[in-house]
Amino acid sequence: MRVVIAEDLFLLRDGLVRMLEAYDFEIAAAVDSGPGLTRAFEELKPDVAVVDVRLPPSFTDEGLQCALAARRARPGLPVLVLSQHVEQLYARELLADGSGGIGYLLKDRVFDADQFIDAVRRVAGGGTAMDPQVISQLLDRRAQDRPIGRLTPREREVMELMAQGRSNAAIAAQLVVTERAVAKHTSNIFGKLGLPPSDDDNRRVLAVLAYLDRG
Amino acid sequence: MKVRSGFTACAQGLALLFITALCSIPLFTLMVLSLCFIPLGLGMFTTPVMVRLVRSYAGSRRLLAARWAGVEIPVPYRPLPADRRPGLTGQVELLTFLLKDPATWRDLLWLFYDMIGGLFLATLTFAFVPYGVEAWVMAAGVWRPVVDAGGTYWYAFVPIDSQSTALLAALLGVVFFGAGLVISPLLLRTGFLVSRAFLAPTPQMALAARVRRLTETRHDAVDTSAAELRRIERDLHDGAQARLVAMGMSLGTIEALIEKDPAKAKEMLAAARSDSAEALSELRDLVRGIHPPVLAERGLGDAVRALALRMTIPVEVDVEVPGRADEPVESAAYFAVSEALTNAAKHSGAARMWVDLHHDGATLRIVVTDDGRGGARIAPGGGLDGIERRLGAFDGILAVSSPPGGPTMVTMEIPCALTAPRPTA
Repeated sequence: MRVVIAEDLFLLRDGLVRMLEAYDFEIAAAVDSGPGLTRAFEELKPDVAVVDVRLPPSFTDEGLQCALAARRARPGLPVLVLSQHVEQLYARELLADGSGGIGYLLKDRVFDADQFIDAVRRVAGGGTAMDPQVISQLLDRRAQDRPIGRLTPREREVMELMAQGRSNAAIAAQLVVTERAVAKHTSNIFGKLGLPPSDDDNRRVLAVLAYLDRG
Repeated sequence: MKVRSGFTACAQGLALLFITALCSIPLFTLMVLSLCFIPLGLGMFTTPVMVRLVRSYAGSRRLLAARWAGVEIPVPYRPLPADRRPGLTGQVELLTFLLKDPATWRDLLWLFYDMIGGLFLATLTFAFVPYGVEAWVMAAGVWRPVVDAGGTYWYAFVPIDSQSTALLAALLGVVFFGAGLVISPLLLRTGFLVSRAFLAPTPQMALAARVRRLTETRHDAVDTSAAELRRIERDLHDGAQARLVAMGMSLGTIEALIEKDPAKAKEMLAAARSDSAEALSELRDLVRGIHPPVLAERGLGDAVRALALRMTIPVEVDVEVPGRADEPVESAAYFAVSEALTNAAKHSGAARMWVDLHHDGATLRIVVTDDGRGGARIAPGGGLDGIERRLGAFDGILAVSSPPGGPTMVTMEIPCALTAPRPTA
């Protein structure tokens, strides 16, 4: 799988390259600026890109803008955005086009290599990877929400993991329950929130995220 | 419209006439008397009271000038010393302070002018229109008994002694009446403008007031930034720094354990990793408190939007700022909004909040509204007071409208210029 990495700090860029190589990814390019990233998107056609939000030369949200532009040109282009801070504002913009293959994680998440690589693979496969912090902020905002208040604690846990983009199998492994039990919880959640049922993992995730972000 | 404003000005002239006659003259007399009594001792106690009276009277005239003629008259008085000693010494201090304030003497001068010149102008403002009416009353037949009783009656320069001269006077009355409608508003305005010459601060006084304000706000700015630095130092010291030390120690222990007890070492590694995650999250919070990343990346509008999304209460944000302000201004505005929102969320019991950012070319205007229970005020040392001090460094101002029962509206204004938005890639 061919990856493009965009990160301006040498140490972090180098670390990401090593980690991804260790997990058998092919590094198509590791760039350190916005224009470099745009070029890499155009010329190398990577399977997935890991992008830092803040990049030179402007040191604003240049990475994010490049990623959004590239996805406008090629909808569904898998991009995993990394940042020192997560903002719902940015999460919204990344999710706005409703197509999958998007990830938004704190840089801290690279500490857990297995989970991080899992997120990269998920995004590359057209799935979603949202940082737990984004999800918990969204849930906090909806604390007084009636339908969410009707979820059992277990269902809430399942929903948090699902909103992060985990598959039923991954949720089952994390909560140490059977996959059948998770499937039952998810269908309960969808019933209580009044969301249309769907077999497609990713469409399900996007529906939950859209629900949480409403209003 | 013009006719109506003429009549209004005429009525206002009459009101001014009464106010001046009934207040300016006694106030001037009493004030002078009070000053004369200072050497006898009694004046020491009456003068501060008189000065206060005169100031509030002058204040009411400022209000009338703004309301009736749109003439803004700034207030020139020096702020009273806050820490006065009690008893006689304090009284003497207050008296000297008041006597040293040039505005006190200018007020006295104004009273003197007002009871003569002001009275005259007020009379003129009022008189034209009724004088016109008088001619018609004469022409309607009243001239006959008047002339019968006392001979020729002079209306302006027309001697009324017959119906024809009375009609001539009536014609002149029309002129007076019409001219009065036009002139009265002008005269009213002139009166207030003359008052302004006395009541507004002289350039020198304005400059002194400005210097005083700058000293104050500079003091506040230095204080706030010193307090900020202290807070950051403490947070770093107790937070991230301590965690890094703990991590280093854990790593040392792990080094020693790795061969003897690999299982234990692995456990400690996990702990060290979570320590580093904690340190990072603490640093992240700290950074957000110093300069929020979204503000650096996107500017004020999006930073406030991101802030609104973080609040647990729904916040509606409306931004009309075509460009970027200077970084310090953006930062001050951001933290002001943040403080206002946090304040409202904490104390008002609001269910909804609104933030409105607007730039009109010279001033950034921010309005934070909530539908809570109201009753918010600027208490010394409170959140709103802090915002006011922060904004003071930029000549910004803060106003709070919060009637009991709500809604609360916090309005902030910062004079600033905008630069064109940076083109995004």
